[in-house]
Amino acid sequence: MGVVHPTKTAMPTLDPVERRAVWDEVATGYTVERALAEARRCIQCQEPLCELGCPVGVPIRDFVRQVQLGDFAGAAATIATRNVLPAICGRVCPVEHQCEAQCAVLGRLEPVGIGRLERFVADWERAQPRSGTAARPVQRLEQVAIVGSGPAGLTVASDLARLGYGVTVFEALHAIGGVLRYGIPEFRLPKAIVDEDVERLRELGVEFRTDVVVGKTVTVDELLGELGYSAVFVGTGAGSPKFMSIPGENLKGVYSANEYLTRVNLMRAYSFPDYDTPVKRPARAAVIGAGDTAMDAARVSIRLGAQETHVVYRRTQAEMGARAEDYRRCAEEGAIFDWLTLPTRFLGDDDGRVRALECVRMELGEPDASGRPRPVPVAGSEFELQANLVVIALGTNPNPLIPQTTAGLDVDGHGCVVVDSETGATSRPGVYAGGDIATGAATVILAMGAGRRAARAINDYLEGDGDDDGGA
Amino acid sequence: MARILDKLELTPVTRLFVVDAPLVARHAQPGQFVIVRVDEHGERVPISITDFDPEAGTVTLVVQEVGRTSGLLCALEPGEELLDLAGPLGRPAPLPDTGHAALVGGGFGAGAIYPIARELRRRGVRVTSIVGARTAGLLILRELLEPASDAYEPCTDDGSLGYHGFTAARLGELVEQGAGFTSCFAVGPMPMMRAVAETTRPSALPTFVSLDPIMLDGTGMCGACRITVGGETRFACVDGPFFDAHAVDFDEAVVRSKMYVDEERVAREPVLVDTLGGA
Repeated sequence: MGVVHPTKTAMPTLDPVERRAVWDEVATGYTVERALAEARRCIQCQEPLCELGCPVGVPIRDFVRQVQLGDFAGAAATIATRNVLPAICGRVCPVEHQCEAQCAVLGRLEPVGIGRLERFVADWERAQPRSGTAARPVQRLEQVAIVGSGPAGLTVASDLARLGYGVTVFEALHAIGGVLRYGIPEFRLPKAIVDEDVERLRELGVEFRTDVVVGKTVTVDELLGELGYSAVFVGTGAGSPKFMSIPGENLKGVYSANEYLTRVNLMRAYSFPDYDTPVKRPARAAVIGAGDTAMDAARVSIRLGAQETHVVYRRTQAEMGARAEDYRRCAEEGAIFDWLTLPTRFLGDDDGRVRALECVRMELGEPDASGRPRPVPVAGSEFELQANLVVIALGTNPNPLIPQTTAGLDVDGHGCVVVDSETGATSRPGVYAGGDIATGAATVILAMGAGRRAARAINDYLEGDGDDDGGA
Repeated sequence: MARILDKLELTPVTRLFVVDAPLVARHAQPGQFVIVRVDEHGERVPISITDFDPEAGTVTLVVQEVGRTSGLLCALEPGEELLDLAGPLGRPAPLPDTGHAALVGGGFGAGAIYPIARELRRRGVRVTSIVGARTAGLLILRELLEPASDAYEPCTDDGSLGYHGFTAARLGELVEQGAGFTSCFAVGPMPMMRAVAETTRPSALPTFVSLDPIMLDGTGMCGACRITVGGETRFACVDGPFFDAHAVDFDEAVVRSKMYVDEERVAREPVLVDTLGGA
């Protein structure tokens, strides 16, 4: 191999100013030339540490090698052995904390752009003519019910359908995809990609039922009882938004990130009044929090016409949860980052609309329970930040519907369903869980990893060589 | 998809639909609601369940035409389908097993109190239904509600039928006359529910109102429907829709209900005014 280029091959993106007004995907993807250049930066380690960093165990070295050789179809097949949603993961995985964090060249050089290559391969394959419908495997008698159609549920559905099980996915909303649909905006994950992945699962025989709120429309007990399902996977996500419990939180124009993003992504409020669901689109916006969701909300507010969007976070950039790439794009698009800033109340006008945040400056103190320096208010540093739209993006709690309505399902003090981390098995025989409902708010790929393990465990359970705790 | 099996015109602006929804019908309890979407560009809107028949697999919905979505709904005919219908959502109304309940329904709310009346009677609770509308022709579902009640008290703003005045005033009269109510449930426009709350507050009669804030998913995911009750934020979709009327922050609820008045003016079709009032 020649000398490895010190930096990743650049990802082509839309112009930062032009994209402030459009919903098109910002990162337009590698060309063949760029993909080849980037793949050549991989030194093909004897022991590929990058693969240890992948929650679903994609054979990264091998697929990158195939890209080096121009065998993109082979690369796609290699990825598909472990990842059923590569076009999605190649876009939204926090690679800098996972595979790329383990890359051998890291330290001296930028890591190989594994996420970008995965996306390139997935997009290349999507662009090829489809060779007929995928052959369906031998059908088994058992039916499995999957609750929630987010990344965990879709992964379980795919794995079990390929094993020949009858699979029904129940979704509470009117569209499939969970957070991929309502949470992640079009400019970061085009909905056409989610649609295509869902369509492939349909071709595998997976049945999707929307508008079914499990726990309300039908219970887990009924699924396992009279409806005849042999096992249930619960992937209902971290559905319940956290608020701050500070004065003024219920003023008009104060949204949870879930509400703000759902209005825009699922209900297409950006096309109001062509679509009926409205959303506030004032000139001054503030987003509280600094995770991926906060970046999404800030970038949405900019596209909805905000002239000034602030991202307000009580810690510093070093502690933010957002992917570095999304942070950078958010900043490029003009968001203003107010680090070490804590809102203490929301101030309204006479009509009950939010007009400002009262904030206090923070400084970093001793480490707290999370190991990060604890932010401490600076006395006398109070100030007002003008904003007519506030989005609270401080995370979510597990959706309580299934635990509330399913007897014998243990939850922990945070409301998370208690599972065996290796299998996803819950306290209830035949019921498995994974993703945010079990771990608290995390990432798409971790949910997929949990789904992958649960699918394997469900297969073991249904084949009778799983845990024999009387549930079969 | 949920097929419309039957449709009745209750008033010029109010329609009753019987909808094929077997799973919803099977689990529905009095006080719950469904979320409906009419077309691909449509909103998700909550609608109280007026009746449910687990045997027939149907739910009955009463819709009053007040805006774009309700207008589209009211235009649907039997044989057509609601694009989406999800439910039953929310908690069942916290119904007592004994005593004498005053049920107050304003406008379309007369439909929502019917399943409550029916269930209370089944439990052996005495039921007085007080229903209001602007004028006699706008009073709905008398043929359902009157037989399901021990006493039926129509009220009209113009005096064209029954009591001449608002439902809350009639409720106050009955309380003063010693009706002996031990609980009260009110469903209808916000001013009506608020007036009921104020009427029963002095006597501390346990009173519950069914709040109908702006909702989005209806499953507790977004917090659009948050309401302050007893100083705490609650989500109407999963913690309600019924709340202790004497603990609800009505001022805030009224303000939040007007979040999108500006946007409603530019909705795809003009918004009709609420012609019923029903207070």
